[in-house]
Amino acid sequence: MNVLSNQANVPITAPESEEVSVDTIRARRRRRILVNSLRVLILVVFIGGWQFTTSVGIVDPFFWGQPSGIWNQLVTWVTHGTAQGPLWQQIAVTLEEAVIGFVIGVFFGVIFGVVLGRNRFLADVLSPYIKAANAIPRVTLAPLFVIALGLGSQSKIALAAVLVFFIVFFNAFQGVREVDRNLLANARILGASQRRLSTEVIIPSAMSWILASLHISFSFALVGAVVGEYIGATQGLGLMIQYAGTTFNANGVFAAMVILAVVALTTEVLVTALENRLIRWRPNTAGEVTV
Amino acid sequence: MNNHLPMQDELTSTQNASSLGTYSIELRGATKRFLTPSGKVFTAIRDINMAVAPGEFVAVVGPTGSGKSTTLGLISGLEQPSEGSVKVMGKPVQGIDQRIGYVFQADAVFPWKNVLNNVATGPRFRGQPKAQALEHARDWIARVGLSGFEDRYPHQLSGGMRKRVALAQTFINKPQILLMDEPFSALDVQTRTMMEDELLQLWSSHSASVVFVTHDLEEAISLADRVCVITSGPGTVKGIYTIDLPRPRKVAEIRFEPRFIQLYHQIWEDLRDEVVISYERAKQKGAH
Repeated sequence: MNVLSNQANVPITAPESEEVSVDTIRARRRRRILVNSLRVLILVVFIGGWQFTTSVGIVDPFFWGQPSGIWNQLVTWVTHGTAQGPLWQQIAVTLEEAVIGFVIGVFFGVIFGVVLGRNRFLADVLSPYIKAANAIPRVTLAPLFVIALGLGSQSKIALAAVLVFFIVFFNAFQGVREVDRNLLANARILGASQRRLSTEVIIPSAMSWILASLHISFSFALVGAVVGEYIGATQGLGLMIQYAGTTFNANGVFAAMVILAVVALTTEVLVTALENRLIRWRPNTAGEVTV
Repeated sequence: MNNHLPMQDELTSTQNASSLGTYSIELRGATKRFLTPSGKVFTAIRDINMAVAPGEFVAVVGPTGSGKSTTLGLISGLEQPSEGSVKVMGKPVQGIDQRIGYVFQADAVFPWKNVLNNVATGPRFRGQPKAQALEHARDWIARVGLSGFEDRYPHQLSGGMRKRVALAQTFINKPQILLMDEPFSALDVQTRTMMEDELLQLWSSHSASVVFVTHDLEEAISLADRVCVITSGPGTVKGIYTIDLPRPRKVAEIRFEPRFIQLYHQIWEDLRDEVVISYERAKQKGAH
C-alpha cells in the first residue's frame, strides 16, 4: 500500500520534476553541440580531403578544381571583378531575373490553380494538356525563349516563370481540392458569397500547400535564370559558369556554384520567414524539428 | 400524393403545431438519392414527413447511416431533395437561407482565424461593418464563456472550447432555425453535459426552432420537445414521441426522473430494431 502510493507520488513531487527538466535541457544542449560539431567535421573532412588529394596529385585539379583555387577565384572576382563586369552586378542580374520570374510564376500559378481547382469542368477539359505540358522537361524552352525574347533578361524571366508556374499551379490546385468540405459548408451557411468563399476560405486553406511549394519553386526560379543565361546572355552568374566552362576553368565553375548556393540559402531563409508570418495559425510543428 | 394523408394526421396530432398554422420546417415525402462513384443509386432518405413548429426543439435519433445528416442538408439548402418538398417558413427551400444556423458534427471553425474573427465571420459575410461585427462578436464570446481567448487560434483550444466558438459563431446570426448535426458527439461526457445545458439556455432566450440530430437517445430526450426516430437507411420516420418533461431542465439530473426512464424505454423499443438492423448490415458488409 505504502509502496504503491509512493510510486504514484514520484512524478508529482517538485524537486524530482525540476531535476528532470534541468536534465532534459542539458541533454538537449549537449545534443545540439554534438550535431554542430559533426557538421563542421564533415565540412573539414570534405574540403580537407579535396585539397589534399588534388595537392598530392591523386585527383587532377585541372578537371575537378581545388578548394584553394576556388577561394582564389572568389577573391579575384570580388576584388577585380569578372570578365563580364563587377561580381555584384552579375549576382544582381541573376537574382533580379529569378525574383521577377518567381513573382510572375507564383501569381499565375496561384490564379490558375484556384480557378481550375474550383471549376471541375474546366479542370476536366484541360487536364490532358496540363499533364502533357508537365511531362515535357521545361528547360528545353530556354533556346526558344532566347530566340523569341533575345539575349536580355526577358528570356530568363520567362524561363524562370514557366518553371515556377507549374510547381505552384499543381500545389495550389491540389490545395483547393483538399479544402475541408465542412468549412465550405459552414462558410456558405454563414452567408459567404462565391468571391468571399474564395478569398476567405479556399485561398487561406490552400495557403499551406502553396507556401510549401514556394521553397522548392524559388530554387527553380534560380535554375531558370541560370540556364537561360547559360544558353545566351550578356551578363549573369549563368554566363560566368558558361564562360568558366568553355575556358576550362573548373575553379570558376565551382566558385559560381558557391555564390549560387549562398544566394539560394539566403532566399530560403526569407521564404521561411514569410511562411511563418502567413500561417501563424498553424500548430507549430516546424519548431520542434531540428533543421 | 395519396400517401401524404396519414402524415397530415400525424402532424396535427402533435401538441402546439396545429394551433399555429404554419410550420418553421416542413418536409413532405422528402427523398434523397445519390449517385455513388461506381454508378449505383444510393437512397439516403426515403419519403420523410416531418414538421417543426416555431420555437420547437425536435431531436432526430437513428442508427448510423440512416440519413440524419442528409435531412439537415435538405433543410439548410446545401442539398436539394430528389423527390418531395422541403419548406422553411412556409416557402420551398431555394439555396441557402440566411435565417438558418447550422452547427456541424466535425470542427468547422476556421483554423486560420482567431476566436474573435471566427465568431465575427457571419456578421462580416452578411455585410456588417468590421468594427460593429467585432464588438458584436466580443459580446457573444463573453456569453459562451470564452472572454480572454479572443486572440487564440482554434488549435490552441480544447474540443469543448472549439464547440463553444462554433455555437457563438452560429448564434450571433440570430437564426430562427437551428440545425445541429451531432454537435457534441466528439466531446467527453462531462463537457458534453455542460454544453447541452448551455445550449438549452441559449435556446430558451432565443426561441429558435431546433432540429438536433444525434444517435444518443439520452441526449435526445433530455433536450427535445419531440423525438423523431428514423429507420436505418434509407431513413424514414418510424415514430414521433412527445417529451412532456418540464422545462427548464438540468441535463445532468433529468436522466434520473422516472418519467425520463419511462420515455426512454418506450422510444428504445422502437429504436432497438433499427440499431440491430443497421449493425447486422455493417457486419455483412464487413464480411464481404
